[in-house]
Amino acid sequence: MTEALLSVENLHTQFRTEGGLVQAVDDVSFNIQAGETFALVGESGCGKSVTALSIMGLIPNPPGEITSGSIQFGGVDLLKLSSTEMRSIRGSKIGMIFQEPMSSLNPVLTIESQLAEPLKIHTGLSASAANDRAQELIDMVGIPDSKTRLKQYPHELSGGQRQRIMIAMAMACAPRLLIADEATTALDVTIQAQILDLMQEVTEKSGAALLIITHNLGIVARYADRVAVMYAGKLREVGDASDIYAASQHPYTVGLLRSVPRLDSEKGTPLSPIGGEIPDLTNLPGGCAFNPRCQWAVDRCSVEEPELIEISQGKQVACFEHASVSLNV
Amino acid sequence: MTKTSDLGSEWQLTPPLSTRLRGMLGATGKAAKRDIVLGMSISLLFLGLFLAVFAPTLARTDYERTDPVNRMLPPSTDNWFGTDNWGRDVFDRTIVGTRLSFLVGFSVTLISTVVGVSIALIISYFRILDAVMMRFVDGFLAFPTILLALALISLIGPSIGNVIIALSVTATAGKIRLVRGAVLSLRESTYVEAARAVGVPVPRILMFHVLPNIVSIIIVQATFTLASAILAEASLSFLGAGVPEYVPSWGNIIATGQGYIQVGFHISFFPGLFLTVTVLAVVLIGDSIRDHLDPKLRGRLRTTAQQ
Repeated sequence: MTEALLSVENLHTQFRTEGGLVQAVDDVSFNIQAGETFALVGESGCGKSVTALSIMGLIPNPPGEITSGSIQFGGVDLLKLSSTEMRSIRGSKIGMIFQEPMSSLNPVLTIESQLAEPLKIHTGLSASAANDRAQELIDMVGIPDSKTRLKQYPHELSGGQRQRIMIAMAMACAPRLLIADEATTALDVTIQAQILDLMQEVTEKSGAALLIITHNLGIVARYADRVAVMYAGKLREVGDASDIYAASQHPYTVGLLRSVPRLDSEKGTPLSPIGGEIPDLTNLPGGCAFNPRCQWAVDRCSVEEPELIEISQGKQVACFEHASVSLNV
Repeated sequence: MTKTSDLGSEWQLTPPLSTRLRGMLGATGKAAKRDIVLGMSISLLFLGLFLAVFAPTLARTDYERTDPVNRMLPPSTDNWFGTDNWGRDVFDRTIVGTRLSFLVGFSVTLISTVVGVSIALIISYFRILDAVMMRFVDGFLAFPTILLALALISLIGPSIGNVIIALSVTATAGKIRLVRGAVLSLRESTYVEAARAVGVPVPRILMFHVLPNIVSIIIVQATFTLASAILAEASLSFLGAGVPEYVPSWGNIIATGQGYIQVGFHISFFPGLFLTVTVLAVVLIGDSIRDHLDPKLRGRLRTTAQQ
């Protein structure tokens, strides 16, 4: 296997809260190859966004802190960089798109100035060159009438257009990795597809890797090459997207898949949600954090924590009972 | 990251702050045409400024010349506002006092705004500095403005410069508190995080992403500072702790008239009227600017106007 573009190893990120210490990211390791689309999936509060912010070096400290692990990116450990060095990587080597397009653009600055900003900071382009490039970027993300758009303010654009602008901003310096943190959650379904297509198109063109963070399994099925499923701060299953869909071997992934309506299921079949609730992160159940909600749970599950082990080529699962877990039971 | 330092003048973001300010002035101008109270307030403030600038030319006598024969005269065509207990012309002294009030008011506003906003922007990004500075601010704000100014004046001595310093100190504390709060909430906004995510350095985030978003708050607060500084200067002078007694100031003239209130009502009345009208005009302007800069409030105003 070639050297991975991004290699997260044993990442631990914790937050000090009034309720106690929260281990938001607990021993997470994964690799992203250059040019691939990797999806990080899980429900709210499972630590997906914190993982992304850890990679970006944007964990607010205090209360947050990366306590151990390493994040190798293009041969450099991002956690060992100074804040100035990290800043020169943000926006130029790694781009990020946020969840709320309505509020991720500054309301008092024009589109032009916001698009040109990363260019001026990272590439040292002159103001006029950066503005020309800003116009090209708007054309690239498929917003018509780019010349007029440059002089407009965010409130004059729709949500989808703003997210396109955010993509343009994130891709301005041709980063090698684009992180989309729930980038389409706030948009309606038809626009979601357009934005995802656009992200895939621009990253494919520039050869950048795409890290999609989402709770939407539909997105994963259509766009991701590989998937990591996260629950309560830990990775539970990692594998090729097609493999995860066809033959998931972790009870949580199975639960997620069952709770999504499918076109090929028989008419009238009720959806089966995962029972119980997300555990309190300050007070996790013993053993496997998923065991109280798991239909395959055995005695061992509430005592011992299963490790993420490789069960076949490129497929990792953290479950003692993985051999008997199947979507069709 | 040596890039950030040598980018120089090309760092002009469009639109620069001046464009936004011009936009606000334009909006205020338009509002003044529709809103008669705002229009009158602005006119009165300009009249005051005119008096302040041209006071020496407009004064028809030497405002310091005493004329015991003509003392305590009521208002007449010769002495529009009458004369005081030394026979000095009250009109001349009042318009010269305008000069002082505006000088103190605008200086205090300018100093406290520039210093207060700068400190607030800086401390909002350094937790420890913030904790220390805010305790000082709490301390300053715990005292009533006039009391603190009185204490400071008695420490450094009464003079125009010292009055400005004393009032600026208290006004700055209020500014820091207000702007810091606004900056702290903006700092958590997604667009500031997005700016960090593309690698914008902190000083630049403060100047170009945060500051333009709080300009309206700062402008509105500045008008209230102007009003309270003018009032505070008059109060200090009235108490004899402001500018020296021989300098005509509204507070001094009112204090002079205080002893003759039953025989020469006019001595205190006219500077008092000037003071009231000026402060009222400034406060109304501030109120109106706030209404027009706040889109939500603007909508509500329009609805009530239609009813």
